[in-house]
Amino acid sequence: MRIILILIWKELLQVVRNRAMIPILTVIPIVQLILLSFAATNEVKKIGLAVCDNDHSTFSRRLREQFLSSDYFVLKLYTDDEKAAAATLEDDQADAVLAIPPGFERQLLRGQASSLQLQVNAINGVKGGLAGAYAGSVIQSLRRDLSLEIVPVVRQKPAVAAPISVSYRHWYNPELEYQTFMVPGILGVLVTILTMMLTAMNIVREREIGTIEQLNVTPIRKYQFIIGKLLPFLFIGLFDLAIGLTAGKLIFDIPMLGSLWLVFAFCVINLIATLAVGMLISTAAETQQQAMFISWFFMMIFILMSGLFTPIDSMPLWAQYLTIPNPIAHFVDVMRKVLLKGSGFEDIKDHFYTMLVLGPLLITLAIWRYRKTIA
Amino acid sequence: MKTLWAFVLKEIYHILRDRRTLFILFGMPAAQVLIFGFAVTNEFKGASFAIYDQSNDPVSIALGRHMSGSGHFKQTVVAHRTEDIHQAFQSGKIKMALVIPPDFGDRYRSGNRPEVQVIADGSDPNTATTLVNYASMMIAQFKAQRVNQPFHIEVATRMVYNPELKSVFMFVPGVITLVLMLISALMTSLTLAKEKETGTMELLLVSPLHPMMIIVGKVLPYVLLSLINAVLIIAMGVYIFDVPIKGSLIALLGLNTLFIITALSLGILISTRTQTQQSAMLISLLSLMMPSMLLSGFVFPIESMPWLLQMISTVIPAKYFIISLKAIMLKGVGLIVVWREVSVLAILTFVFLLASWKNFKLRLE
Amino acid sequence: MTHEPVIIARQLTKRFGPFTAVDAISFEVEKGEIFGFLGANGAGKTTAMRMLTGLLTPTSGQASVAGFDVFRSAEQIKRHIGYMSQRFSLYEDLTVKENIRLFGTIYGLTQRQINDKTFQLLRKLGLLDEAKQLVGALPLGWKQKLAFSIALIHEPKIVFLDEPTGGVDPITRRQFWELIYQAAHEGVTVFVTTHYMDESEYCHRVSIMVDGRIAALDTPRQLKLTYEADSMDEVFVKLARTTSLS
Repeated sequence: MRIILILIWKELLQVVRNRAMIPILTVIPIVQLILLSFAATNEVKKIGLAVCDNDHSTFSRRLREQFLSSDYFVLKLYTDDEKAAAATLEDDQADAVLAIPPGFERQLLRGQASSLQLQVNAINGVKGGLAGAYAGSVIQSLRRDLSLEIVPVVRQKPAVAAPISVSYRHWYNPELEYQTFMVPGILGVLVTILTMMLTAMNIVREREIGTIEQLNVTPIRKYQFIIGKLLPFLFIGLFDLAIGLTAGKLIFDIPMLGSLWLVFAFCVINLIATLAVGMLISTAAETQQQAMFISWFFMMIFILMSGLFTPIDSMPLWAQYLTIPNPIAHFVDVMRKVLLKGSGFEDIKDHFYTMLVLGPLLITLAIWRYRKTIA
Repeated sequence: MKTLWAFVLKEIYHILRDRRTLFILFGMPAAQVLIFGFAVTNEFKGASFAIYDQSNDPVSIALGRHMSGSGHFKQTVVAHRTEDIHQAFQSGKIKMALVIPPDFGDRYRSGNRPEVQVIADGSDPNTATTLVNYASMMIAQFKAQRVNQPFHIEVATRMVYNPELKSVFMFVPGVITLVLMLISALMTSLTLAKEKETGTMELLLVSPLHPMMIIVGKVLPYVLLSLINAVLIIAMGVYIFDVPIKGSLIALLGLNTLFIITALSLGILISTRTQTQQSAMLISLLSLMMPSMLLSGFVFPIESMPWLLQMISTVIPAKYFIISLKAIMLKGVGLIVVWREVSVLAILTFVFLLASWKNFKLRLE
Repeated sequence: MTHEPVIIARQLTKRFGPFTAVDAISFEVEKGEIFGFLGANGAGKTTAMRMLTGLLTPTSGQASVAGFDVFRSAEQIKRHIGYMSQRFSLYEDLTVKENIRLFGTIYGLTQRQINDKTFQLLRKLGLLDEAKQLVGALPLGWKQKLAFSIALIHEPKIVFLDEPTGGVDPITRRQFWELIYQAAHEGVTVFVTTHYMDESEYCHRVSIMVDGRIAALDTPRQLKLTYEADSMDEVFVKLARTTSLS
């Protein structure tokens, strides 16, 4: 026990002494949190729209107005030249082109179905899909308005014509603030990555400067060494979570509906697994440069498959299974559920149990892989 | 020329010897493309939802069945109280709930504005928007199927350039950009910094070769490595995921070469400014890799960002490269259409080259 | 000197793939002896030492250190030895005192013992004023002396020194050897590798390694007689010549 304590003391002293470390642990994560939360937005607004109106009617102009009054679209071009409209898609002037065919109004008034054509630049699948969805709802709202205003005039039986009105509510985030969604997830990712990289680099650095050899000829037990390395970085991780949450609250005003104790408790068991990954990386790398490349490689995969940007349940089943050993995936989900929705332990117990198995497993692997002997 | 060749060979040996780094240089982009291609999709299918049917009437039951029968939604929870919906949201069992009020059936039949409420989990805004939109379309459809409604507008939506909304279409150009940056800028700045750190740079500089030749000799293998990697990524996209190359292959390779030169000049510039590998690595990561990933439009649309970040993005070469790359590969337009982006990229490259040339000379004197 | 071997090596061998770094070496080191391990760079000195300290597992042969077998009880050995590696390896970003405290605790000393040791050690080295300085700020010679003293903090029976005087000036080297003598006088066995031939004159016995084998092992005086040489330097040159010819 004394040995573990002295190792922790030594590690923390070294962190405090290192001038570069203090900003790395305090200012930089906050800056990253702010920058990432603003930059990593998949929020789609201001979709550039080109309208190719070949009907020139009241209805077609009304449709244009309907698009303009929605918050999502910006009119880039209003023309009746199909080629000009198509060109806006090619040179990225517009993201979508709406073609209104001649006879649009006439067909509608006659009670026939009329059709519009919408072309969406879908290279960015998220944006394309959402643009299509928004356009659909704008067009539907025109239809609804028209049927309410004009139907009595056309003398349809109102009983039959009255559409089902749908009211929507968005719970937990009524304004649909994208940052509310991203900040907790990004914070989880930042804490994970920072501690993982620091652990990996720290051990490799000790190997590079030779101090680890000195420790290896002492009677230190492997588990003492590993725990002595692990706990300081665990503290650092918790510390960064705390300042990150504070910044999230102050800057982005993210809701914190659930218990913060639960968040921190989960963070502890999650970090155990994360730090073990960092140690495993350090056993595979000879130089700091290699350690950095290897960590980066795993980080990329962990982040991409964490559900941070794209929902895990829309992945194919095999890929969903691959997210089980990914600590970031669990952390992101827990942060979002507890903070944004106020989920309790019952709701996230599966994540807890998974990590309780995964953490010790990875630690054991790290202790086993760590050699006090060379080569 | 012979000496130059010797330099190139020496550098190639260095690269080939570090197996781990080499593995990561080729493995990482490949893994990324595979993940994006196979695992990361935005389409949603079978989103779980709850029905809270207070009406319990043939029409409301039919509406519920209509929703689950579409394949877009999967009813997993039957709610009996509002609290049930809360719980289902909190445990993540559902993403949406349909609430049908008690008088729905009566109102529907009497034509007295029947109402339903759709509640979405707003904590994930994009999914919420998409789900709400699907749901309201389907509810409208439900009505339309039973009664012939006036003002029926069909929307034929065509997703151009990427009909299946595959995320790999967007990520192939992005991954190419990152890899070119990684190898041509980060690796070059590292290898030059290493020579400085170990003092071998001095050794090279006293050789009869012109200093610029030395740099050329050092970076040439990385150019090769970058090109091979870029071609590999494009080939993976084309042969595994059917990413098309609609434009001219020559324009594509030319564009890649231009960007490699951009990245190299940045790498050299960084190395003239740093003394150690560690600082070269840090500067490269912070000033090149991060912006190229975040502010280039690779993953996140630039136009949704705050004004300040949009301003910063105008000096990020990767932004212009990605726009041109997408245009040529996916839209099949010629260089003419993206002449603005290409010229900005060329000008930026020229500026960086000039700066690194100047810095390099200063250091020699 | 009583016959009481504390290090025994028999046919000790280490191969790295096809390359044999240490080729079946055998020797014994007596208690309180200063045993010099000489050889050119790459002759296998460091490898041999790493096997004896438990940092490397031997490929074959036998060895015991302080009565413990290197195969089975490597961790036991570590309790009874001190080690100072080629590269200076105290923590440069900790102070002199903090380093002493760290290693003292690791070796299981009580707080009180550590306090006593710290004072003794600093006084002996004349570092009392520098106790709160970062080790990184000390001149190299002082660092080496400090590292040596810390290697002895738990009063080990044997101390292994891997080229302890690399890169320091002659005066500091001299002072360093005085510390070694003092330790030996107190009954500590010193196992030291070096490639400074003049230093080998200070050793009680010297073994000279060439290409992974022990080419000669005796007292410096006897070696000079055998090889009809005036200095150890000459012995070494003659030895290297004959071995490479054979």
